[in-house]
Amino acid sequence: MTFLNSLELLAFHNVAYTVYSVLIIAIIAWFGYNLTRSEKAEPMVRIPFYGFIAFLVAAGVGHHIFTYNVVPWVAQDIMRESIKPDQVYKVTIEKHQFQLPSEKLVVECGQKVLFDVTSQDLVYGFGLFRKDHTMVTQMQVNPGSKNTILWTFHENGVFDLMSTEYSGPKGNGMFVPSIMEVRGCKTNVAQGGSK
Amino acid sequence: MSFMNDLIHGADSKFDHTSLNALQKATLRAVVVSFLFYGLAALEGMIMRAASIAPSIKPVNGSVDHYFAIMTVHPIVGIFGSTYQLVFAAFLFLVPFLTKKPLYSIKLANATWILITIGTMASWLASFVYNYAPLYTLYWPLPADTTQFKAIGGVMFIVGVALIMVGTLLFIYNIYATVFSKVGVHKNKTTKELLISGFGIDGMLNLVHKLTGKEPYSKEPALSLPVVAIFRGTVDTFLDALVILSAGVLVLVYLFADMGGVKLDVASIDALLYKNWFWWGLDLVADGLVLIYVAGSWYLLATLITGQKLFMENVARAALMLELLVSWMVWSHHLLADQGQPEMMKLISGEMVTAFELLTQGLALFITLVTLWKARPLKMTMELKYLLGGLIGFGLAVPAGIIQADMAMNRVLHNTQWIIGAHVHIAIIVGLYMTLYSAVYVLWPLVTNNAKLWSTKLANAHFWLHLIGGIGMGAFMGMAGLDGMLRRHLYFNGEYNFFMILAAICGTMLLVAWLLFLFNVIMSVGLKGLIGIFLPSHNKEASYGIEPANA
Ligand SMILES: [Cu+2]
Repeated sequence: MTFLNSLELLAFHNVAYTVYSVLIIAIIAWFGYNLTRSEKAEPMVRIPFYGFIAFLVAAGVGHHIFTYNVVPWVAQDIMRESIKPDQVYKVTIEKHQFQLPSEKLVVECGQKVLFDVTSQDLVYGFGLFRKDHTMVTQMQVNPGSKNTILWTFHENGVFDLMSTEYSGPKGNGMFVPSIMEVRGCKTNVAQGGSK
Repeated sequence: MSFMNDLIHGADSKFDHTSLNALQKATLRAVVVSFLFYGLAALEGMIMRAASIAPSIKPVNGSVDHYFAIMTVHPIVGIFGSTYQLVFAAFLFLVPFLTKKPLYSIKLANATWILITIGTMASWLASFVYNYAPLYTLYWPLPADTTQFKAIGGVMFIVGVALIMVGTLLFIYNIYATVFSKVGVHKNKTTKELLISGFGIDGMLNLVHKLTGKEPYSKEPALSLPVVAIFRGTVDTFLDALVILSAGVLVLVYLFADMGGVKLDVASIDALLYKNWFWWGLDLVADGLVLIYVAGSWYLLATLITGQKLFMENVARAALMLELLVSWMVWSHHLLADQGQPEMMKLISGEMVTAFELLTQGLALFITLVTLWKARPLKMTMELKYLLGGLIGFGLAVPAGIIQADMAMNRVLHNTQWIIGAHVHIAIIVGLYMTLYSAVYVLWPLVTNNAKLWSTKLANAHFWLHLIGGIGMGAFMGMAGLDGMLRRHLYFNGEYNFFMILAAICGTMLLVAWLLFLFNVIMSVGLKGLIGIFLPSHNKEASYGIEPANA
């Protein structure tokens, strides 16, 4: 299994976590019910202590290994300093305004795009969103440090830019519609996340 | 008896405030104020829930300034005004109760709740009057940004938070002075023995001795397990108070300079470094003290409910020691979306060490469940019900937290409603509060000298409304987060109305639950009793009174 984009990952996550939630609530409810009964209840599965601990360790570590291997942006993010991007966009943010290199950023499918964002004053966020408001990707933009993100787009679509970090009430209006366009892919962007 | 009689004199006139000693009164005062602040936080929450559906609703009136001002004080009121008060009150009572020693100082205990109350009100007013809204995280240089906020509002807010922290430091001093006082059962203990026990080292040594086939290091630990958890959690409370105070002083320097007409250069403080420092301290509230206090409370409640010894006590003690290292080293999970943060720090502190919380909290859950299981059959009392609710809360919220503390997931979850809904709100409302309610029901007869609970039906209604409302609200907010809804953002075009309406319905359940609880408590102690709690006590005794004053 590999996830192509955030929609697929989040849809999978939505199902997996919901199943887990129902399970844990059911276990505690079953447990509570049996606590009050005088006859000895036979647990369906006996969980030995070390088995439980091993499970927790496996779950904690396994989660990271699982996502590292199936989510395309992780390895690219960690190695981004040594990867040569196909496109570099330098963006500056000052006084709650995005200053972009051009009115529209157009990229071809599968290109590695590097966003290099600088803040001149406050802490901001740099987030790309689909037209249905679902998130493609984001990063924090701190003044005084280097904020870069390398991203590969796999589907055609038009994306909005929004600040994803609170920078005072004025930050709420930091929205640039249709700033990016991806073309040349075989598929169009899927809409409508987990709704 | 009649409704009017109960309302004025308490259920069956069973509550007599004149019979309470100084310790009981100090505890109850903080508990009362704590629940009032809880109501205020719930009300603020509901205003925000409503505004996220219809931003033009009063008192937000479509103004982001006011909306974010509410959002800024919401956690201050909820976490400090309410949770801190309640936890501190419980522990100031429990340490004397468990160690059979008098509390070091009643004066300090009263000063603690008064300072936290005044501090919380000052911060609340700063946001209410001046719309000061840097949000809880205070990202540099936002709190000192006088182009967006009035300096006077900032000063008032920071002074408020500082008062809360001073109250917190007094609590810490009081707890440590009580734990280390060599009276009663600790008459012949040395400070070293108490320290070793306080950090859980004796539990760890017992385990090592057992594995190497030696005699136990100590058969009777100097401090009981819940006291160890309180002691241990308080270390984090102390560090966290220092971090928040230091950040407050820094902000004040800038604000005072501004008021004096001098513009200091905000760039001389590195924003990322400040973020690390601040999150280290803030995380000690969330991942340090909450988890440790909660684990300790579960152990205490399980032993009190079953009347039996805790299962695997040495492991529990050692785990508290382990949690010390874990809780100090996990803060980077808040900076996984900060690209300036060194990758190694993200990987080790943010991902790997953080995943250990699954282990420490899973262990606490396991030990608590087995302790209960061994004592079957048990009666499904209010305290047991709430304890199970608390276990569910953390069973849901801890994995929800581990999920976002992952470099792959964080890229699309950072700053979304997932974090605040599925993780934070379920952890606090369901996990923490249900655990605290369990403690309230356990302590109720001890603190009130056996006052009668007015209505069990109301208590049950409170339980279910709170449980379903809490899980539901967190879940729907979380689902909106998965669809891209940001947590620190006001949407004007009904983008997420579907989930927000569902969350608001659940939020209403929470608010109704609180009203029922409040009403039940007032009917139990009566209005006269409620006022009486705040009158000076005739009995200056500072212990629970198991051991006479000469102990
Ligand atoms: Cu944290």
